[in-house]
Amino acid sequence: MERRKGGGSRSMSGNGAVTSGVIKYARDNIDTDVIIPGQYLKIHDYAELATHAMEGLDGDFHSKAKDASFIVAGRNFGCGSSREHAPIALSHSGIKAVAALSFARIFYRNAVDGAFLLPIEIGEDAYEGTSEGDVVTIDVKAGQLRNETTGKRYEIKPFSEIIGKIIDAGGLFRYGMQQKQQQQQPES
Amino acid sequence: MNLVERILARASGKSSVSPNDVVFAKVDRAMLHDVSGPGVIKVFERIAGQGIPTDKLWDPDRVWVAEDHFVPSAEKISAENIARLSEFTSRYGIKNHFRYGMGQYGICHTISHEEAMVMPGDVYVGGDSHTNTTGALGAFACGLGHTDMAYVLLNGEIWFKVPETMYFRLNGRLPSHVMAKDLILRIIGDIGTDGGAYRTMQFGGTGIEEMSVEGRLTLCNMTTEAGAKNGIVRPDQKTAAYLEERMRGAGREATAKVSLGRGGADYSEPDGADSDYAEVYEYEAPELEPVVAEPFSPENTRPVSEAPSVELDKSYIGSCTGAKYEDLEAAARVLKGRRVRIRTEVLPAAISIYRRAMESGLLKIFLDAGATVGPPTCGACCGAHMGVLGKDEVCISTTNRNFPGRMGHVESRTYLASPMVAAASAVTGRITDPREIAHAA
Repeated sequence: MERRKGGGSRSMSGNGAVTSGVIKYARDNIDTDVIIPGQYLKIHDYAELATHAMEGLDGDFHSKAKDASFIVAGRNFGCGSSREHAPIALSHSGIKAVAALSFARIFYRNAVDGAFLLPIEIGEDAYEGTSEGDVVTIDVKAGQLRNETTGKRYEIKPFSEIIGKIIDAGGLFRYGMQQKQQQQQPES
Repeated sequence: MNLVERILARASGKSSVSPNDVVFAKVDRAMLHDVSGPGVIKVFERIAGQGIPTDKLWDPDRVWVAEDHFVPSAEKISAENIARLSEFTSRYGIKNHFRYGMGQYGICHTISHEEAMVMPGDVYVGGDSHTNTTGALGAFACGLGHTDMAYVLLNGEIWFKVPETMYFRLNGRLPSHVMAKDLILRIIGDIGTDGGAYRTMQFGGTGIEEMSVEGRLTLCNMTTEAGAKNGIVRPDQKTAAYLEERMRGAGREATAKVSLGRGGADYSEPDGADSDYAEVYEYEAPELEPVVAEPFSPENTRPVSEAPSVELDKSYIGSCTGAKYEDLEAAARVLKGRRVRIRTEVLPAAISIYRRAMESGLLKIFLDAGATVGPPTCGACCGAHMGVLGKDEVCISTTNRNFPGRMGHVESRTYLASPMVAAASAVTGRITDPREIAHAA
């Protein structure tokens, strides 16, 4: 069987600014059944999962993802199932961040705790002001999404404290290890 | 504090918690199935490579495993996943592994109540979004992904942001042709698929007190479709009796007693006057009617009486939300002495339910009506196997989601409904109010 390898698997950190192209899905409630259809839940090879990313919604996703590491979408991105396959399939297709008006909770936690990609909450202004093919910079430290194509800047919603810490640590397990080390070596 | 806050405070060793506090809660019960289990195994392999020890679990007796999504094995990959799952449970000493073909097994959320795997007041997490179901027993029950479940299995705790609570009060008793499924579809239609996002949906009022435990399970199951972190019902004597009956049935203690409290806390007590709810919704039970959710979202609801005349290809009576014993009983009441006009599949959600349905004659009613009775499985509910939909096929289903491609082809269409509506529609071949059938009898 021919397997097309997905793109990079490393997610961006919470500190750096990353510039890339945008894939825009101008709709709400993009659910996990279209991000990775249920028939593929039996697959646990990350590269193979990536080949089926967005199969339920966009047959051109992979050609778009060659030049774009960001998805911009509407409300409630990732609603539906708890399948971690969803952020995995996107991440291993080269997606580094999803910027959406809001996220469903399990997708959000899976993206962060597994360090697959950054879920960035944006406002209506950034959502309306970003189009397919635009080049944008997501700068978490500055709290900004900059549309390099149009020259406009938008605020992004800051991460809550726990989310920021888990992202900075590189995922939940690394965060847990840090916490344990801090408990064992209290500050003098 | 309200019910969820009381449970999370107890589990995190705090005297009190408030919404938006971040806590690390000790987990009482954790569940994996044939999709999330192999997912967790993969996470274990990854983190072992980072030097994190994965040689033993925090407490294998608190972990249980179901086989449900791709069983009986759909093809060779799922067969291999089942083998990996068995290897995992034997390696880590997990005794509660419900295997198909070896007595009791079924959909994980169904096993949670049929085998009394979760107790009132528990913090219960599972590698499946519909883990919310089991909140109907008065537990904090919440679905997590593979990384989080792997973390729980190794550490016995997990972080939560304490949710705000939305309170749904049902006044009065539901009419006989209206099921819990109709109420929860109506609620999702009212608040939307992100209307409960990150929050608790708590159900109470006289209608919930009167409702069976299985009705409450249906309500909590579909809080997931409103984006909720969890659904919950205050545990009562009915909860205790339901669990005790099943504990005896599961061959444990003959005089099993279920506690509605924990460490001095009594979770059967109503929320105190100081309890805070983000929103309160009131529903008058006698005014409710059968509801369907049209493609392609559980929030696209409308009363069956206003549903369009759609020619159906199939009726599917299955899943954790629509194939408990009472669901089958309700469908059988409609199908008794009638013939189905479209393909109809009935898949009891666990072997214990299958057996009861056999002994009480429900399976005969289904077979006499012309329906096919299948084994417990998530099956076509998640588009996995066993009855998936082809292009342009239209299905009425007792399941919980109808997103594009959910039950098969991306151009198939699913209408979500109660078991009574699905059964009535099976008889006519179009979306049908159960009252129409009753009148015809």
